[in-house]
Formats: sequence, structure tokens, C-alpha cells
Amino acid sequence: MRVYAAVIYVFLYGPIALIVLFSFNAGRHASDFSCCSASWYGRAFGNPFMMEALVNSLIIALCTAVLATLMGTMAALALQRVRGVLRLLFDALTYTAIIIPGIVIGIATLVALVTVFDAVNPLLAVAWPPSLGAAPRLRLGTGTVIAAHTLFTMALVIVIVRTRIQDMDRSLIEASSDLYAPPMRTFFQITLPQIFPAVMSGFLLSFTFSFDDFVIAFFVAGADTTLPIYVFSSIRRGVTPEINAIASVVLAVSLTLLFVAQALQSRRRRYQSP
Amino acid sequence: MAKAEQSGGQRSVVTTMLLLPTTLWFLLLLVLPLIVILVFSVGERGPAGGYQPAFTLDQYANLPARLKAFTNTLTLAPLGTILCLLFAYPLAYFLGVRASARAKPLLLALVVVPFWTSFLIRTYAWIFILGGRGIPALLAQFGLDDVRLINTPFAVLVGIVYGYLPLMVFPIYVSLEKLDKRLLEASADLGASPLRSFLQVTLPMSLPGIVTGCLLVFILLMGEYLIPAILGGGKVFFVGNALVDLFLQSRNWPFGSAVAMALVVIMLLAVTAYLYFASRGRRRADVSVI
Repeated sequence: MRVYAAVIYVFLYGPIALIVLFSFNAGRHASDFSCCSASWYGRAFGNPFMMEALVNSLIIALCTAVLATLMGTMAALALQRVRGVLRLLFDALTYTAIIIPGIVIGIATLVALVTVFDAVNPLLAVAWPPSLGAAPRLRLGTGTVIAAHTLFTMALVIVIVRTRIQDMDRSLIEASSDLYAPPMRTFFQITLPQIFPAVMSGFLLSFTFSFDDFVIAFFVAGADTTLPIYVFSSIRRGVTPEINAIASVVLAVSLTLLFVAQALQSRRRRYQSP
Repeated sequence: MAKAEQSGGQRSVVTTMLLLPTTLWFLLLLVLPLIVILVFSVGERGPAGGYQPAFTLDQYANLPARLKAFTNTLTLAPLGTILCLLFAYPLAYFLGVRASARAKPLLLALVVVPFWTSFLIRTYAWIFILGGRGIPALLAQFGLDDVRLINTPFAVLVGIVYGYLPLMVFPIYVSLEKLDKRLLEASADLGASPLRSFLQVTLPMSLPGIVTGCLLVFILLMGEYLIPAILGGGKVFFVGNALVDLFLQSRNWPFGSAVAMALVVIMLLAVTAYLYFASRGRRRADVSVI
């Protein structure tokens, strides 16, 4: 039993370790290994396309995480008071957003946005006051990736935070309002500290999802690149140690965030599903 | 509580305001896009690609043109799900029943973390391992020449098990965690062999976890794109790969929309059928998705 578990852990982490090892390759080809050099990291960070993709990905992930956490937490708080058809409808939409395959979301969003933009752009050009300069053109890019990522991650935050709210000690809130604390004060002093670990892990999971997502971004990023898109197209052209270096950096970032998220989530509710 | 009732009107305004952004997002980025591809799927292809309004079922009639993608998905997705289950169950059992309480949180985190770690990069790692200079080169030293692993269904299945194992372990672990260990002792005291105890006590008790885990993995596999794209090398392709081709390369949006709709419908049918059979004989399946 123990041996089997050990084998599975090696299976899970071996390939990750291999990528990190190969990123320190001193040789020119990804598949011939000779130890050890950090030069590929220098190459990777000196590559302007890679850096642009990395910055885009970080911006997208940060905006997605902030939006999803704010909107998801607001909705989760409000949903405690919503019952009946409206509640059912909202739950159905939340689960639909989670269940529909990312690739279908990506395609549907692409088609819908292109259609809407084609309709809106001419109107915008006419209606835009000339005093403000040229009319902006709505187009696919980082903004649309953020919007599409926020849909899925927001649904995720709703589910995570709602589970926490259900477990919350309600008597504290009642006590607070019995003692005439204004609702805002009750929220900041009682509710928020209790749901904070869930909100934080929702934020971190949203960030990592957005930072790692390839399929949705692939469709709605337009001419902009994100890091996974850059890595994917590089793999298509051939495997280089430079990609391994980038991959190692990405792994380090997501592993750090995830362990923080895990630690936060297990602080009180030990075995809650991610 | 009287205070709260007095400000009921104000509270519903607050509730509405809190739900407003989420509702807007759902309508604009979920409901609208799904309606748009539904409309597109009954349309016609424009002369320069894209979409031309029409009402025809031609796109759906044309679905057999991508039959290979559907049959690949419908064989490899269930097969991948079963393999995940077979590999995940012993680990979940170890974590839920055998592991010491002290080591458990860390061991669990170590299972969950890879799932949220760059899927693309984890899949890409297998190009090294299964590629020409990986395992095949190793096998060649033992006299087994010309073993091709990459770009085969085998490679895709390895990628699937590697990618989705954590998602299968977790729900099974959760259901085994809840298992009352005294039941196993009682079973042993009554003279049942370990195997019989497992088959008659442990396995039925972990069934809700198995159902949930299989459901999660299967749903994600139906829409899989990256694993076949990276490890299948164009030879083993899923519906997801056909969709990318139709939307980004050949720009046949109406047909692509029909393929996407067909994928969603098949997925929903398969999931419904699966839940129906999984819950037969048992009163209620635990199918919470998260």
C-alpha cells in the first residue's frame, strides 16, 4: 500500500522534476543533458516575446482574480437571502459555467464577442463625440480574456465562499446586530474575518486558473499572447531548454500560490474539497 | 430581528446590487454566447467563411464528416476515466484508511496541487519521457527497437491518467474518510475475509466518491484539447481538436457550432445516463460537483 502510494507520488512529481532539471541544461538541445547552467533562464528573460506574454498573463490573472473574488463573494453573500425560482436559476447558471467544457466556452465567447463587436463598432464610430478624438474600436485582446476567465472563476468563488458561509457561526452575527452594530460594521468585524480564508483561497485559485488557462485564452485573446499560448506555439516549433526554463518559472509561481491556498483553506476546515 | 424586518426593503436593494455584476456576467458571457452558437449552428457558411443567416439542419446532417473525432472522444474519454479510477482508488484508500493522521494533510495537498499546476507544462513533460530519446531509447538498450510511444492512443491515455488522477483521488478519499472503521472491525469479527470486507463494506461505502470522481473526469475529458494536441500529434484527435480546426483554421463557424452543440448534448446525455445507472439500487447518489 505504502509502496503503491510512493510510486504514484513519483509518477505525479517525476515529470515536473524532469522539466526543472532540464532547464539547467548546459547543452544546446533539450534532449541532450549536461549539467549545469542557468543560462537558459537568462535567455528566457531576455526574450521580448516571452516577457510580453508573461506580463500579459500576470495582468490577466491579477484582474481576473480581483474581479472574480469581488463579484463571486458579493453574490455568495447575497444568495443567502435569495430563495425560490431566482435561487434555482442562479445555481443553474453557476453550475453551467463550471460544467460546460472550456473549449465550448472559448468558442461560444469568441463567436458572440466577434458578432457583438461587429455590430457595435460602426455605431460607436458614429455616436462617439468628435471632441474626444477617434472612436475606440472594441476588439479581442487581454480585456476579453479577463472577461471570459472571470466567468468560470467567479462561479468557482461563489461555490467556495458559499460553502464557508453555510458553516459560519450565525449566532455571532445575530449577537452583533442585537448589540446595535450597524450592518457594515457587522460585516467587517464578524462576517468578513470568518469567510476570509475561503475568499483568499478563491482569489488564489482564480489567479492560478487564469494564469494557467490555455484553451479559453487561445480563442478570445485575438492578436495578444499569454504565456500558455506562447509556450504552446513554441512547443509546436520544437522543444528547447528555454521553454523548460520558462516552464520552471511558471511551475514555481503556481506551486507557491497553491501551497498558500491549501494552507489557508485547511486552517479551519481541514478536508474541504478544492 | 425586528430591526432587520423593518429595513426589509433596503435589504432587497442591497441584495439586488450585490447580485447585479454576477448576473450581468452570466447573461453576457454565458447565456448570450450559448444562444449565439445555437443560432449559428442552424445557419450557413458565408462565402469567405464566417456566418450567413439561415435556418437549416445541414450542419447537423454533416456531423458524420467528423465522426472520427467523436468516436475517438467517446472511446478514449470513458477508457481514460476507468484507468484514472483504477490508479486512483488504491491511493485514495491509502489516504483515507491507512495513512497516519499526521502525514495526511501534507499527502493530500501533494495530490491536489498538481491538478492546479500548469496543465500545459505537465503534459508537455511527457514529450520528453515518451519521445524518441525517452523510454523508447531506454527500451532499445534492452534490444526492443522501434517502439513508438508518442502520438499514439497510449500516449494520450498516459497524459489523461497523469492529468486527471488528482481529480479522481479526492472525491473517493472524501467518501472513504467518512467510513466508520468499526464497520470493518465488525466485519472481520464476524469472520469475513479482508477481501470480502472490502467488497461488501468498503467498496459500497465509497461508491458516491467513485460516482463523483468519474463524473468530474469524464466531463473534463469530453472537452479535452491539450492532451491529444500535444501527445496525439494530429493522429489521435478529440472533438476539441476538431473544434479548434473548424474555428481557427478553416473558419467554418456554422459547422463548428453544430459540432460544439453536439458535444454538449452528447455530454449531457452521457452524464444523465451515467447518473441514472449509478443511482439505481441506491437511493441517492452524492453528485455534488465541487
